[in-house]
Amino acid sequence: MSVSTAAPSRAVGLPLASRLAAFRTEGFPTFPILILLVLVFTAVFAEFIAPHNPEVGSLSQRFKPPAWIAGGSSTYLLGTDHIGRDVLSRLIFGARVSMIVGFTAVIFAGVLGTALGILSGYFGGWVDQVIMRITDTWLALPALTFAIFLAAIVGPSEWNIVIILGAVYWTRYARVIRGEVLSIKERDFVRLAIVAGCSKMTIMRRHVLPNVLNSAIVLATLMLGVVIVTEAALSFLGVGVPPPKPAWGLMLADGKKGLMAGYWWLTVFPGVCIVLMVLSANLLGDWLRVKLDPQLRQL
Amino acid sequence: MTDAPLLELDKLSTHFVTARGTRVVKAVDEVSLSLRAGETLGVVGESGSGKTTLALSIMRLLPTAARIVGGGLRFAGEDLLAKSPSEMRHIRGKRIAMILQDPMASLNPLFTVGDQVAEPVRVHEHTGRRSARDRARSLLKAVKIPAPEQRLREYPHQMSGGMRQRIVGAIAMACEPRVLIADEPTTSLDVTIQAQYLKLLRDLQREHGLALIFITHNLGIVARMCDSVAVMYAGRVIEAGPVRTIFNAPVHPYTQALIESIPRLGGGPSRLTAIDGQPPDLASLPAGCSFQPRCPRALDRCREEAPGITTVAPGHTARCWLAAK
Amino acid sequence: MTLLEAHNLTKHFPVRGGLFRKVEGAVRAVDSVSFTIEPGRTLGVVGESGCGKSTTAKLVLKLEEPTAGEIRFDGQSLQSLDAEGLRKYRKSVQAVFQDPYASLSPRMRVGSIIAEPLVTNESLPRGEAKKRVAHLLERVGLPERAADLFPHEFSGGQRQRIAIARALALSPRLVVLDEPVSALDVSIRAQILNLLVDLQRDLGLAYLFIAHDLAAVAHMSHAIAVMYLGKIVEYGPAKTVAADPKHPYTQALFAAALPAHPDETREEIILAGEVPSPINPPAGCRFHPRCPHVMPRCSVEVPPLDMALGREVACHLYDGKGQ
Ligand SMILES: Nc1ncnc2c1ncn2[C@@H]1O[C@H](COP(=O)(O)OP(=O)(O)OP(=O)(O)O)[C@@H](O)[C@H]1O
Ligand SMILES: Nc1ncnc2c1ncn2[C@@H]1O[C@H](COP(=O)(O)OP(=O)(O)O)[C@@H](O)[C@H]1O
Ligand code: SF4
Ligand code: SF4
Ligand SMILES: [Mg+2]
Ligand SMILES: [Mg+2]
Repeated sequence: MSVSTAAPSRAVGLPLASRLAAFRTEGFPTFPILILLVLVFTAVFAEFIAPHNPEVGSLSQRFKPPAWIAGGSSTYLLGTDHIGRDVLSRLIFGARVSMIVGFTAVIFAGVLGTALGILSGYFGGWVDQVIMRITDTWLALPALTFAIFLAAIVGPSEWNIVIILGAVYWTRYARVIRGEVLSIKERDFVRLAIVAGCSKMTIMRRHVLPNVLNSAIVLATLMLGVVIVTEAALSFLGVGVPPPKPAWGLMLADGKKGLMAGYWWLTVFPGVCIVLMVLSANLLGDWLRVKLDPQLRQL
Repeated sequence: MTDAPLLELDKLSTHFVTARGTRVVKAVDEVSLSLRAGETLGVVGESGSGKTTLALSIMRLLPTAARIVGGGLRFAGEDLLAKSPSEMRHIRGKRIAMILQDPMASLNPLFTVGDQVAEPVRVHEHTGRRSARDRARSLLKAVKIPAPEQRLREYPHQMSGGMRQRIVGAIAMACEPRVLIADEPTTSLDVTIQAQYLKLLRDLQREHGLALIFITHNLGIVARMCDSVAVMYAGRVIEAGPVRTIFNAPVHPYTQALIESIPRLGGGPSRLTAIDGQPPDLASLPAGCSFQPRCPRALDRCREEAPGITTVAPGHTARCWLAAK
Repeated sequence: MTLLEAHNLTKHFPVRGGLFRKVEGAVRAVDSVSFTIEPGRTLGVVGESGCGKSTTAKLVLKLEEPTAGEIRFDGQSLQSLDAEGLRKYRKSVQAVFQDPYASLSPRMRVGSIIAEPLVTNESLPRGEAKKRVAHLLERVGLPERAADLFPHEFSGGQRQRIAIARALALSPRLVVLDEPVSALDVSIRAQILNLLVDLQRDLGLAYLFIAHDLAAVAHMSHAIAVMYLGKIVEYGPAKTVAADPKHPYTQALFAAALPAHPDETREEIILAGEVPSPINPPAGCRFHPRCPHVMPRCSVEVPPLDMALGREVACHLYDGKGQ
């Protein structure tokens, strides 16, 4: 007897979806990975790459435009800001801040939210009631306001921001993951695991977790964007990463005053960095999702 | 009953071309069939053998990936393949109608049953609202729905599966078609509801002299309902003929095994005759006869050359080298 | 000695509704059914969808707790089992479900799926587990290399073989088969039914075989229980029930069963109407609104499941017909 692929009629229903999947898996996501690698590299080796100290400027060099524009100089490739700090160096060190804050906050929120979502969905009953009441309350609050409020209480610092963002956003995971778990626990393979004598812990770990991991990863890529933007917003509002530490959001905030005066490089460059990072994370996540799914992987 | 066939398929082939032309699925391959008025033809085959695609080809309702790549299709003496899309619209629903497996998918949840049953009448016969409504009521009565007046105002979700399938039947019968194609209409129904529905179809057919094509994977339904049968395997009709001939003296090994693999009432625990292996992937069929890897009687020749159609007896054809001798 | 005995087994699911999700009624999914399963034998359960077959299976598998009644396994009540007893019970009773696409964890390799009951219940060295998996695969007619693949790489019939291999891993004494061939293609059904018959013969397994296809149940079973709206209406040796059904519902089911040959004609009994809702089942005999033999007392008096003509029947037509 031969082992062939699933019955052909199974593959029929979604010609478009499968074509999309094929399209997405066709290439390794070189572009997003490259960008993320460059960002990680800069974040790690910021000290060695950055041409200047990001936190110290010279007032005589204020508002220098990028090097290729009249009045710019090759010393300050991307120009300088309102107190004469090198924009490029600030971007480079800012990558470190964004990376640390973004990734740790997403991981923190993800682990917490996924765990609580699984517990809530699998156990049901009062465990579910309690977790979902908290989640509902959380979600009813506007995220940014909530974050500002928390930040105002605990005070601005890099690690406080991570905790605040994690505390604000774990509920998104919990919600989505709980929904998935509710449908997974009704699937026959979970029933058969009970029949085989597996404990609740084993079932959650071996049968439920792997099947929600996809959603968690997709959510993480989306959340990475949200978290980085929120971090930027908090910094922009002055309750995020405390100055003079270079953070992209902070740079945007500082640069906004100069926008009317034509100092566009102060906002455009950090803006582009944020967009690139969010976009790369999303693209990578999408590819990962397909890659992690054994069923789609084959197509 | 007239002698000229009402519907005639001559080596009709429909292929799916997928993944930018790299995969060709021969879902229907050189299928020849004919059907007279008042006759019931059963089309049996396993999942993926091309039954639905065959039905959709006759209706010319194929998905975009599919193309009729050859052969002829004649209905009441007219060449259906030469018809324009707008001409086909007049034939579809009015002269050839179809019932699908999932009644919920064929009914629109947003419209009342009355509107949906009346629609084909209004579209094809341009009757007014009031008379279309009267027709809808008599149609519901014809498919034995109790309290039709009240049911006309209800929505599909307010009805059971069996009732929905009756309504789909009423819609199909609305313009008194001459050919009705039923694609596994009872697969989603319970045993006793299935018996009700089969009886209903048979009654409708007798009353209206319908030609019925009954698509199913269940040989039992064929035994109960059909005058003749076509057995499909991997996109081809591998044996066709009058139903008693096929059950009493099947010549194709697949048909033989299929008939012997049905459990019989009063058998008791024993082994059935099973067919080893599984149906092939239509995109990469084995060379020669497509049943050859599973065939208990395969000859050397079967691996190299695909058998053509052999006439075993008048009206009884098979695609097998054993029959060709 | 009887392997499993269900006594007045009942399962009601609460129906909630309204603003405060108050309990407004109950789905009487299974209502006081009793049956026994002998070692090495098959009890077949037939009935239309919603009549409580799967709920019965879940009760036997202890996936649901009964509202009333009890199940005894080896003479011991399941309710009185301690943790160790439950572990033993789980090892003795395994299951195969209808949908081969939902039964196998999509993210586990076939090898781990089959080995799961083994590694959960016995501490085996890795190599030993692997050997057992290979042996089980061979037993169900799959190649050894199947262990390294994922479930989606198999067809429905092959998946059902994998599910059977897993169910056999702990050498159970009873296997609950809930519509094991309903989702399979015709040519594959016979393969799986044959495999099940062979396994029963070789390993002495007992089966609780559930299906809506009467012919398949009659073919597989030593005893048959016919269910209608949560109740057993006829119960007896397969040969007796299949050769000469007595309850009007069983007779209708038999008449509705499709013939194996065009010349096989049966009396045509077309039941009127549809199966009523188990939330508010009809009073008296639950079958009375559809029964062709209905009598005045049928809508008032519940017919007990009594011995008549060599089987148990719940119908007033056979009152006093005794043994
Ligand atoms: N849209 C499509 N694109 C590509 N291939 C298709 C498409 N639809 C059907 N096919 C292929 O055509 C073949 C016949 O399919 P069809 O739906 O006609 O089978 P069937 O006999 O009706 O099966 P079932 O019993 O499951 O309804 C199958 O191999 C299927 O994979
Ligand atoms: N978890 C549940 N909650 C509420 N009703 C249920 C539940 N499970 C089954 N039921 C109901 O119980 C009845 C019997 O169901 P089931 O045992 O699955 O039937 P079968 O397997 O015979 O088709 C049905 O009416 C079904 O809707
Ligand atoms: S042609 Fe050969 S392989 Fe094909 S069915 Fe006939 S005997 Fe079998
Ligand atoms: S008890 Fe009455 S209604 Fe019920 S099955 Fe018997 S005759 Fe029919
Ligand atoms: Mg089909
Ligand atoms: Mg069921």
